[in-house]
Amino acid sequence: MKRYKIFKLKWEIIPIIIFLGIWEIIARINLISGHFFFPPFSAVVTEFWYLTVSGVLGPNFLSSLMRVLIGFSAGSIAGLLMGIIMGWSEVTNKAFSPIISLIYPIPALGWLPLLMLWFGIGEILPIAIIFICSFFPILYNTVTGIKNVDKNYIFAARTLGASDLKILVTIVVPLALPNIFTGLRLESGMAWRVIIAAEMVAIPTGIGALLMKAESLIRIDIIIVCLIILGVMCLSFENFFTFLEKKLTNRWR
Amino acid sequence: MSSIKLKNISKYVCKNVNLEIFDKELLVLLGPNGAGKSTLLNIIAGLIDYQGSVFFDNKPVDQLPANKRKIGYLFQELNLFPHFDVTANIAYGLRVQKQSRNEIMARVENLLQIMKIKHLSAYYPKQLSGGEKQRVALARALANSPRILLLDEPMNSVDYQTSKYLRAEFKILQKNLEITTIYVTHNFYEADEMADRIAVLDKGKLEQVGLPNEIFFHPTKVVSDFIGEPNILNCDYYHRLSFGLVEVKSGDISLVVSSEGEKVKKVAILPEDIYLSNTKPPGPDINRIKGKLIEIEEKFSTVCCIVLVGERYLRVKLPKEIFVNMNLNINDEVWLILNLRKLKTIEANK
Repeated sequence: MKRYKIFKLKWEIIPIIIFLGIWEIIARINLISGHFFFPPFSAVVTEFWYLTVSGVLGPNFLSSLMRVLIGFSAGSIAGLLMGIIMGWSEVTNKAFSPIISLIYPIPALGWLPLLMLWFGIGEILPIAIIFICSFFPILYNTVTGIKNVDKNYIFAARTLGASDLKILVTIVVPLALPNIFTGLRLESGMAWRVIIAAEMVAIPTGIGALLMKAESLIRIDIIIVCLIILGVMCLSFENFFTFLEKKLTNRWR
Repeated sequence: MSSIKLKNISKYVCKNVNLEIFDKELLVLLGPNGAGKSTLLNIIAGLIDYQGSVFFDNKPVDQLPANKRKIGYLFQELNLFPHFDVTANIAYGLRVQKQSRNEIMARVENLLQIMKIKHLSAYYPKQLSGGEKQRVALARALANSPRILLLDEPMNSVDYQTSKYLRAEFKILQKNLEITTIYVTHNFYEADEMADRIAVLDKGKLEQVGLPNEIFFHPTKVVSDFIGEPNILNCDYYHRLSFGLVEVKSGDISLVVSSEGEKVKKVAILPEDIYLSNTKPPGPDINRIKGKLIEIEEKFSTVCCIVLVGERYLRVKLPKEIFVNMNLNINDEVWLILNLRKLKTIEANK
């Protein structure tokens, strides 16, 4: 099993190496005129190293990371709790659905002007944006997950003497996990996409802000460094939840 | 353990159902699909709301929620919790009742043993076969020592051989535990095998309630439409061949039937349990009778024939294709083969 995994990883890495090689060669032989606009991969790596040791990358990365972690955790916990309540109690669902259906389609960045005026430009702003962008989708996925749990399992638990709260905690929420995780996984990646956009538009620190600064200084190598970091972070957040889901549900699914 | 009484129960298809199930009894609820059998079980379990009253031991339980009714329910789909292993599934009812860990483990251990599934304790439902799931579900339903057991078509998800096994085992278990049980099925032979009494439900109405033999020999019109109307022969001669086998005569018809009781008074067999042949069948002459075909009636994909044997008429039902292949006409000579295991008897002492 483990052997197979390593083998698979080797295969996955080959196309990446080929891609980077071609990139390097094209840039080196100056196929696209202006070395300037198309730095080779090696130059990007050098720049990455330079940005790291000079202490530019670290703080920017950390502030983006913190915003995502705080905003996403708060948003998903709130979405989860609210989703569980709405999925379980038909009355609450009926009361809140109309409002939520109206707010849900608004893109997270659409809130930016409003939130800028409400909170000003500070740390609350990006966290609030991430909160909004995670809260609604996770709420939706949780409600769907809870509602989709086969009623027969609830019947079975009830005849076995379980109270409603017990049934919710021991049967319904665990069985809704696959759906809940779909939401968490997608939104953890989405949080990175949104934070970068928010930082590019409105916030002076973070990877997104660094991107905009690099643009104004025409530093394509720095832009590429930022984009790679962004790609890697989206992927690792999504993979983390895939891993967690497998860990929690693979035995019985 | 307690008796159950249903008074004027109405819900969905069920209209004004009145039924009493005695303490320690195994009552089979028999009826076609959509008759309202599962609905009745859900009402007794308190899982759905209903009109009318349910009594356990003559005390009304209508206000009692399902989790307080102390019922063991084996669902048609079994509904084993997929995210728990076998042990956790069986222990669930005990766990939510806040029993101590040691008590739970001892009880689960005991149930694993009774149901012969000890080797499966760490498996998840998706890893189990139909029969194994059945055992786990039954163990789970019994874990809380319920006073009433409800079984909804419990043999639906297992193959014939396994179901035969499980039925025999279950019948013994039910008698040992002395637990009042309602067993739902749409198969008359299963009902006959399991039941102390049978209640036939059709379109939400109780059509007939009685001992298995009463239902078989004297079905009401609706019941005979469902389980079939048997050929009934009054016996005028009786002779015991061995402990389990008896030779009886009814006019010119001589039959060997299985019976352990006293003098056999009547023998009955359903038309579909008699085989028809246009040639003399091989094997000994026992339960093979010659007769004359006097009536042929086609109904959808089956053919109903009436065969005259001596002075008695026997009705035979068989699939159309088979009948057509035999190329038979009215007044032709035919042989009938009566399935020994499907011949039912009424003894004098009953």
